[in-house]
Amino acid sequence: MRAVVPVLTVVAVIVAIWYAAAVWLNAPWARDMAARQDRELGAAELVVDTWSQDKPKLPAPHQVVTELWETTVEKSVTSKRSLVYHAWVTLSATLAGFGLGTALGFALAVGIVYIRVMDMSVMPWVIASQTIPILAIAPMIIVVLNAVGVSGLLPKAVISMYLSFFPVVVGMVKGLRSPSAMQLDQMRTWNATSAQEFVKLRLPSSMPYLFASLKIAMAASLVGAIVGELPTGAVAGLGARLLAGSYYGQTIQIWSALFMAAAVAAAMVGLIGVLQRVTLRRMGLDR
Amino acid sequence: MTARALVSRAPLVAFQIALGVALVAKGLVSSGVGTALVTLALFAVWIGGTLLNSWLAARPGVLRFKAFAIPLVFGLTLLAMWEIAVRGYGVSTVILPPPSAIAVRFSHSLPILWEDFVQTVIKGALSGFVIGCVAALVTAVVVDRFDFLRRGLLPVGNFVAALPIIGIAPILVMWFGFDWQSKAAVVVVMVFFPMLVNTVEGLHDTSAMQRDLMRTYAAGYWTTLFKLRLPAAMPFIFNGLKIASTLALIGAIVAEFFGSPVRGMGFRISTSVGLLALDLVWAEIVVAAIAGSAFYGAIALLEKAVTFWHPSQRGHGH
Repeated sequence: MRAVVPVLTVVAVIVAIWYAAAVWLNAPWARDMAARQDRELGAAELVVDTWSQDKPKLPAPHQVVTELWETTVEKSVTSKRSLVYHAWVTLSATLAGFGLGTALGFALAVGIVYIRVMDMSVMPWVIASQTIPILAIAPMIIVVLNAVGVSGLLPKAVISMYLSFFPVVVGMVKGLRSPSAMQLDQMRTWNATSAQEFVKLRLPSSMPYLFASLKIAMAASLVGAIVGELPTGAVAGLGARLLAGSYYGQTIQIWSALFMAAAVAAAMVGLIGVLQRVTLRRMGLDR
Repeated sequence: MTARALVSRAPLVAFQIALGVALVAKGLVSSGVGTALVTLALFAVWIGGTLLNSWLAARPGVLRFKAFAIPLVFGLTLLAMWEIAVRGYGVSTVILPPPSAIAVRFSHSLPILWEDFVQTVIKGALSGFVIGCVAALVTAVVVDRFDFLRRGLLPVGNFVAALPIIGIAPILVMWFGFDWQSKAAVVVVMVFFPMLVNTVEGLHDTSAMQRDLMRTYAAGYWTTLFKLRLPAAMPFIFNGLKIASTLALIGAIVAEFFGSPVRGMGFRISTSVGLLALDLVWAEIVVAAIAGSAFYGAIALLEKAVTFWHPSQRGHGH
């Protein structure tokens, strides 16, 4: 609660700067139009004009909010002009990739923790794999998978998966190794099998790490899905809205798609946060 | 060795053998001897690589050599399997070129690759990385000075760091034009927030006792900042730099998808995909991977030199 006032202040300052920047960036166009019509713009007229252009360089916040309202609430959800529809297209790919990535990451982490050779051979490559800008080859993955007859949701999910498995591997390896030597010895004195050791000790102790990784993985997964939509030729999804907006100079559309993406990211990460709190409380791990 | 003993002693190899036998059998039944032989070769290489690595890992020897050799064997195994699979199954080069074809293409198109590297990595990514990181460092020091700003900006910064920032690429391309300036701008925005959050956190990583000691020395704000708090923040700053280094490359390449001059890695990748010249695409990926690893490695080396006192750097290496 202590943070509310400072956060609101910072947000207010950002909005104020945004309005000022809108005037500054859009003014040349407004002056240009006025000069063509042989008019002189007063200061007040200039401000009003810069905040209400059709294709501004930087749309004012209220223009973006209006566009968001029109494309989410006033359009039916199934319409192709509805932002909810596009957000759902992106979200479904995100969730599919997130699920696949988490499963893959989890499996790799278990292998790395339990099999020494995998630890020494796979782990360096997992790290190296992330220095490859996979987003850069997203178009190729999409086109190639299309060529072998896989299209629609799955290619985007593959990119999301690639981006989201890494945080899960790193977090889970750390988490599964977090029990102390003393706790592991205790399990051994109880004659626990390695399966029991995994289920009763390692898995529960890895939960805080798992949730921290899941948040990062979800954010990365959304980025993957958005970029994955770029090369499909702007059919559907938030990435397609971005691309179409940039082709036709529809800045308001770009910004509203961006805000929608931000809302989706915030909602998903928030959801994981709630899950985390509930789970950790039931396990008695929250402080 | 019985099957049971194999599963418990070498679960990975047991799994590989089981999968290999199943797939070879399936190949024999459904698509003939040739395919089955390719599958057999594939699994022979895989299991051979794994056994070699198991042997290396179990051998008493210098840890440093093993940490280098084992990943290398694993990588070579993957490359060999890739080559065998593509050639053996007759995969079209339009879908997946074999590594040897990529290597040939790489050596033949060095001038193009170099031009793209300069355009994207040096001009776009590196300049944006430097501007963004310096700006974030300065902002972090200012934010840290005023507690009100810290409490207000940090949650916002954390929120922004989780957003798909790459989405602003089309806007910045519109503002700054098609050349490298717009790519650098995208990189600046992408690296700014992770860097800011990490640095602010790092500047708080001093104990009350350390700060008290500085006070007994009658050190002022600036002296404390430069002699105690910035050095103490270095592990966090380097953490931010590492995250930023991968983001920088991604930002510079993806921003080129929204418009670029006729050079640059992102441009080359998107046009070559259209021309089905996948070997050139993979050559660009190799360049990107080398550049990314070198970038990350350079930062890691610098970190080792600067934060030699930190526990995470002292534990191993000698």
